[in-house]
Amino acid sequence: MGINFYKRLFLLPGLLLLIAIIIFPLLFSIRVSFSSWNVSRSGLDFVGGANWARMWSDADFWGAMLRLLNFGVVTTSIQYILGFMLAHYVWQGIKSGRLFRLIWLVPLMTTPSIMAIVWRSIFREDIGAANGLLKSVGLSTIGWSTEIVPAMFTIYVAEIWQWTPFMFLFLLAGLLILPKEPFLAAEIDGSSPTRTFWRITLPLMAPISIGAILIRLIESSKIFDSIFVLTSAGPGNATETPTYFLWKRSLTEFQIAYGATLALTYLIVMIIVLTIVAKVLTYISRPRGW
Amino acid sequence: MRDRKRLLTRLAPIPLVVVLAACSSGGSDQGAEDSAGGGSDTAAAEGMGPGPAVKEATFDQNGLVDYTQQPYTPEAYAAAAKVNDGDDDCSYYETSKKDYSGQSITVLAPPPPNMGEPMAQHGAMFKELTGGDVIIENVSVGELYSKAQTAFQTGVSPYDVTVNFSTWIGDFGDFYYAIPEEYTSGTGSLATMLPLYKEIYKWDGETKLFGIDGDRHFMKYRTDVLNDPAAQAYFKEQTGQDLKVPETWTEYNLIASTLNGFEVASQPAGVPLAGSVEIMKRDDLMWSAFINRVAPYAKNPNVTTGFWFDENMTPQVNNPGFVRGLTEFVEATNYVPQGGQNFGLSDEISAFGSGQGIFSYTWDDAWSQANQDDSPIRGNVEAAPNPGAEEVWNSETQQWDTPEGGVNRAPYIAWGWSSAIPQGSENKQMALDFLCFFANEANYQVDLTIGRTGVNPVREESFVPEFWVEGLGWLPGPTQTWIDTLQEYNTASNRVFDLRVPGNGPLMAALADGVALALAGQKDPQAALDEVAQKWEQIVQDIGEDQIKEAYQAVIDLENS
Repeated sequence: MGINFYKRLFLLPGLLLLIAIIIFPLLFSIRVSFSSWNVSRSGLDFVGGANWARMWSDADFWGAMLRLLNFGVVTTSIQYILGFMLAHYVWQGIKSGRLFRLIWLVPLMTTPSIMAIVWRSIFREDIGAANGLLKSVGLSTIGWSTEIVPAMFTIYVAEIWQWTPFMFLFLLAGLLILPKEPFLAAEIDGSSPTRTFWRITLPLMAPISIGAILIRLIESSKIFDSIFVLTSAGPGNATETPTYFLWKRSLTEFQIAYGATLALTYLIVMIIVLTIVAKVLTYISRPRGW
Repeated sequence: MRDRKRLLTRLAPIPLVVVLAACSSGGSDQGAEDSAGGGSDTAAAEGMGPGPAVKEATFDQNGLVDYTQQPYTPEAYAAAAKVNDGDDDCSYYETSKKDYSGQSITVLAPPPPNMGEPMAQHGAMFKELTGGDVIIENVSVGELYSKAQTAFQTGVSPYDVTVNFSTWIGDFGDFYYAIPEEYTSGTGSLATMLPLYKEIYKWDGETKLFGIDGDRHFMKYRTDVLNDPAAQAYFKEQTGQDLKVPETWTEYNLIASTLNGFEVASQPAGVPLAGSVEIMKRDDLMWSAFINRVAPYAKNPNVTTGFWFDENMTPQVNNPGFVRGLTEFVEATNYVPQGGQNFGLSDEISAFGSGQGIFSYTWDDAWSQANQDDSPIRGNVEAAPNPGAEEVWNSETQQWDTPEGGVNRAPYIAWGWSSAIPQGSENKQMALDFLCFFANEANYQVDLTIGRTGVNPVREESFVPEFWVEGLGWLPGPTQTWIDTLQEYNTASNRVFDLRVPGNGPLMAALADGVALALAGQKDPQAALDEVAQKWEQIVQDIGEDQIKEAYQAVIDLENS
């Protein structure tokens, strides 16, 4: 019983937990994806790659993936821009900065489903505030949940409203730990605020920005609550993302094997896409000369 | 050292493989094996539980049941009429002679009010009468199916009673305990249930569902609008036709589109009048509403090989009859209330009940809402069978037929709430006694009078106007039209029934997905339904054509009855 044995022994609880909640479910899902487990047949028979072949030609699933791509890029970009603006604003020092920080964090602390219900009441077409406002200024009302573009807009608004504060908080923390010397040097050299921002602040913030963007991309890919409450993925399937699609196939239609296949595909695609995004962002933000 | 590491690396996956192997060996067809003896004497004898001890009755024979004095009394029941206890096997008096002290059952039910409220109300009273505990586990309506399915497929039996949609019987029938005949005959609670519904609650020749509700879809229309002289003149001017109760969906759409937004004097203040209120939200029972729209175009009385599939199990969901129905459903998006394309069932009920539409069709709930004392359209709503069609598709000759009398009617006997006792329950006798008590004469009468319980008329004694006029204060004229409509459905031929086969969930979800694409304008009706047909073929293949075909024959038998 050397010291190495005890070292390994202490690792055991964590390892078992890892196996129980990550490794086993993952391997089990892989096994399920090769079975025909569905609404009328439970258990693990073997049907080869039938589910994988079906997934490959499932236009609805890939359509949902494309919508997610669009959704993730648009909302994360807007959240980043707004979050950076707010963080920069607070970082430069404003009156009642602490109060603003607190107010801007409220959306982040709200439960997504509750937040979605609030937005749903705002965007209700008959008695909602959004259409009421439009009517009061003489404009025609909008089918927020029944027309494709407005329905997507409501989801985007709800998501941006809730998660911009996360960007704000993350980026503000980054701004607060930036070294002061480059800014002092720029000031002495007479650099304009705009030039200072583009040449010093933004490059110095690049590693933190990449982290924030990646976290948000990952999180936004999991969107479910807002869609479920606001549009139920409609009109048609205009706001259906992979998580909603997966939920329907697996848990409402009980296509367990096919659902496992979709989930694994989704995982693989996300790993590949996010790795590429991280590499690209790192490449773009690499240090360059003045 | 390196060898040890290599060895450990090679050995590491073994426990996982063992676990996976264990899982795979225990799973497949477990449910089917377990259920193979469904309803057999052996299965019936197992898991009945200790049963009740006999005690002295604590409730007077033929006594007055006062719902305000019960242990769980929400507002609706507190206002309910007091009724006399019945003389059925599970009356308050008979139930009070059973002693279930120390025993309990768990009921899977939706949250109040729909079904959840009566379950809680009668569960609490059952406990007071018998001492047996009725634990109600509420989950959202959307989760009912998956909760039950998970329990059945994993072989775990956490529930003694499950509340369900009767249309799920194709998936769950084999997992349900067969209800003994004594409950559906003689003085049993379900003895007076209409024969049509007794058949619906059967699976493979046995009664598997304890029927507590009976449903069908029918049309509700606003008499104040159709009888309004200004509306009649305007309609005549616009269409050249007389304004009357629509006989066909074409007439329905014409009236709804022409009078959409029309201002009648009797319209509730501040409420715009739309042509029609319909369920169009994809994942909120829209598929069920859609069936009404296609039924008269696709259910041909001369075709006896089925409404949903032909004799070769080729899906019929994209035949010209279905396409015609969907085309008119899509047209209706132009004259529903604002936001109406996103209406689910509850929206339909409240919108029609508040006076937002001339027409509506589907379940009884919107009717009940419109007849309540506080309804702004009370007295201005009547009922009629859903519209028919001036032509009907013949899937055998691949041609349109002209129906006898000019209009093809195809009433849709929609699924309703029901309950069942899982085979795995260890206390079936108490579950039976509870369900029987739930459905006894007194409780059934009172549940019917409270619209939000989800209990709709299903027994012979409910089809008399006096019950509703005297019991609920409904107006005699409109009530008579409703009773006449229900009676017509009870005896009609050429009826359409839900697709009660294994895989009903995915099949209807695929149908709803396709219809939603057409409603949103993302696909034209033919393309949308062609896609549905493709998905149906895949689902049939996945589940097993023979299995579905066998179950589908029972649906065809109902259609041809």
